[in-house]
Amino acid sequence: MTDQPNLIEMRGVSKHFGDFQALKDVTLDVKLGERVVICGPSGSGKSTLIRCINRLEAHEVGEIVVDGVTLTQSQDSLDKIRGTVGMVFQQFNLFPHLTVLENLTLGPRRVLGLSEDEAKARAMLYLERVQIPDQADKLPRQLSGGQQQRVAIARSLCMEPRIMLFDEPTSALDPEMIAEVLDVMTELATSGMTMIVVTHEMGFARRVADKMVFMDKGEIVEVGTAEDVFTAPKSDRFAAFIKQILNH
Amino acid sequence: MKRVIFLMPLLLILPGCSGNWGWYVVDPTTTNGANNLRFMATGAYNTILMSLTAIIISVIVGLLVALPGLSEKKAWRAFNRTYVEIVRAIPILVLILWVYYGLPQLSGITLNVFWAGVFALALSDSAFQAEIFRAGIQSISKGQYEAAQSISLNYRDTMRYVILPQAIRRILPALGNQLVYMLKMSSLVSVIGMQELTRKANELVVSEYRPLEIYTILVLEYLVLILIVSAGVRWLERRMNSSEV
Repeated sequence: MTDQPNLIEMRGVSKHFGDFQALKDVTLDVKLGERVVICGPSGSGKSTLIRCINRLEAHEVGEIVVDGVTLTQSQDSLDKIRGTVGMVFQQFNLFPHLTVLENLTLGPRRVLGLSEDEAKARAMLYLERVQIPDQADKLPRQLSGGQQQRVAIARSLCMEPRIMLFDEPTSALDPEMIAEVLDVMTELATSGMTMIVVTHEMGFARRVADKMVFMDKGEIVEVGTAEDVFTAPKSDRFAAFIKQILNH
Repeated sequence: MKRVIFLMPLLLILPGCSGNWGWYVVDPTTTNGANNLRFMATGAYNTILMSLTAIIISVIVGLLVALPGLSEKKAWRAFNRTYVEIVRAIPILVLILWVYYGLPQLSGITLNVFWAGVFALALSDSAFQAEIFRAGIQSISKGQYEAAQSISLNYRDTMRYVILPQAIRRILPALGNQLVYMLKMSSLVSVIGMQELTRKANELVVSEYRPLEIYTILVLEYLVLILIVSAGVRWLERRMNSSEV
């Protein structure tokens, strides 16, 4: 892993919402193929951090470089980076008026210029990968939460991104549906996808993460391998957080 | 029960005026009555054509005015507000007169009665359409835009494939209202000589001297038109709701 090039570099990134400082001087590297799990209490800036990577939030200070492209206000850099980065949201954000298949083919057809047949073939490929090819013609509301989130993952994969961002992908799910989504994510991780995952699922983090990042109050407090940070957290705040999460 | 409450005012009025009706002017069993009815009905074509043309134009203009109103740029929003506030403040009748009699003096462009009517109705309604669209689009959650951005859709495709199809479903009842409003307001175009329902009724009143019966028929004509439109809009709503969240 150490000899891989950096796919994402964040240098001294800061961001305010009004008076509230959401990110404080955040520096983080993600290498090609690396699986990074970010955890921390709510309001600690985890979501803001990954939303800055594809500029759903604009950072104010610092530098973000994704796959060699420096993120600026220019539409050009934005197009390149959003083409490289896929994102999965807590609330799925599927397009409710389109069928599952249409959700998946919209981007490939309009952005990548695929023909209808090519886009459909690609969509079915990824639906099979998330194990719901039989739901292709249904509307999102006809699916369970777990299925909807798997469709959302497939929708991102259809754009063939090099990096996948997951913003609390299981937080809106009923407990019995969390496993099916985590399974898909684990499979994706095994296939070598570069992933940044914001989650409270510590079992998943332990299994999958190459690097654990703990954030609190907009700062990165601790970074380490999953094994290191779980067995011997260096900071008191992380130790307290882990204890709280594992005991609840 | 509902229907009884509905009919009560009618029952109160009818006994007081029972002696004054002279239905013969519009009695379809007599030649003259049938001719009069046919004469009145011929106005429906222009009423419908004018209203539909105007509503199509006002929807397009309204959307084009609504979009800058949603911009993050202040200048765009200012354009939206100025347009809406000014156009909304002009009474339709005044606008019709201004377009038909005033515009030729100002610009040398003379519109015929039909297009002057359509222009005034569409312009007036576009301000309301703009507000309806703005509210409809604003009601779509931020997550839909973010999902569209995350798969690199540009602004145009995001609006066309993601936001507007959802917004239209939500504003359909309001659009139906505007169409009903348009059908009624088109009666004002009769003042510049447009041969539509109201104008035909006016002309008949002048020759037959039976305003009560003729205007009652006119009321019924509008009622039938509008009930048909309402039913159509409700049908469309049901159809679209079957594929809604």
